[in-house]
Amino acid sequence: MTLLDIINKLLGRQPASADTARQRLQLVLAHDRSDLNPELLEQMRREILEVVSRYVEIDLEEGDVSLETEDRVTALVANLPIKRARPTPLPVPERDEPEPAPTPA
Amino acid sequence: MEQALVKHKQVPNLALLPAGNPRMLEWLKPDDMIKIAKLLGDQFEYILIDCPAGIEDGFKNAMAAAEEAIVVTTPEVSAVRDADRVIGLLNAHGIKPIQLVLNRVRPKMMLNNEMLPVSDVTDILALPLLGLVLEDEQVIISTNRGEPLTLNGTRSPAAVEYNNVARRLTGEEVPLIDPLKAGGGIRSKLGRLLQTKIF
Repeated sequence: MTLLDIINKLLGRQPASADTARQRLQLVLAHDRSDLNPELLEQMRREILEVVSRYVEIDLEEGDVSLETEDRVTALVANLPIKRARPTPLPVPERDEPEPAPTPA
Repeated sequence: MEQALVKHKQVPNLALLPAGNPRMLEWLKPDDMIKIAKLLGDQFEYILIDCPAGIEDGFKNAMAAAEEAIVVTTPEVSAVRDADRVIGLLNAHGIKPIQLVLNRVRPKMMLNNEMLPVSDVTDILALPLLGLVLEDEQVIISTNRGEPLTLNGTRSPAAVEYNNVARRLTGEEVPLIDPLKAGGGIRSKLGRLLQTKIF
């Protein structure tokens, strides 16, 4: 935070736009560079959550799988808060019938 | 080739090869560009290929003959996004070095943190900075008159930086200006103070 940010906040002004510009760029470039369409990304996100939640109970509300980019390298970043580990992993669901992510026991 | 080249009136060793009309450009292929560049290479030390905006055929033609690249962009979201796509294509074709010229920088907006800082653009695009050109009314005035900005004696900020870019290309070390100091005086000192990171 800079002095300018504090002054803006005190005066109730909008924060300076350069920071917003950087955030918007980073988001859009992460998607441009990965060349993944939103549907595929969403499908991948669902499957990752499914696999992880067979082993540990995760907070699905807080969980987040997103693309980030730095130095022209795009990374898939998963932030999945673990509630508790499962004593035994849940069985692999049958592939034929599409099944929603297993609900915590 | 001699007939097609337009020699500059004031600078004897500078010549322009016009692109021709758009209909003729339809049959121009990347291989032709390579042949043209080879022909010119015997005669000239530097060949600058002006590239059309976008990533269509014109860009592919220009890229075919290029040994290195200079990407020109402005510190705006949509421009940086386009530049990123172009850099991606240049990288994929193994063209390097790729250098960046940041154009139409407005020091006052940067001081107020209302324009992407230079470091953000160079970090995001991961390119070294070859030049930093300030927004300059003289650019429009000189193109209105059809006179080269670097030769009309104004020594305006953009003219000075164009010269510096050319000198850097030849290997000379010319320091880049700091846009936050470009304004000079109390205003820019205050601006820098306001932008100091506190926490």
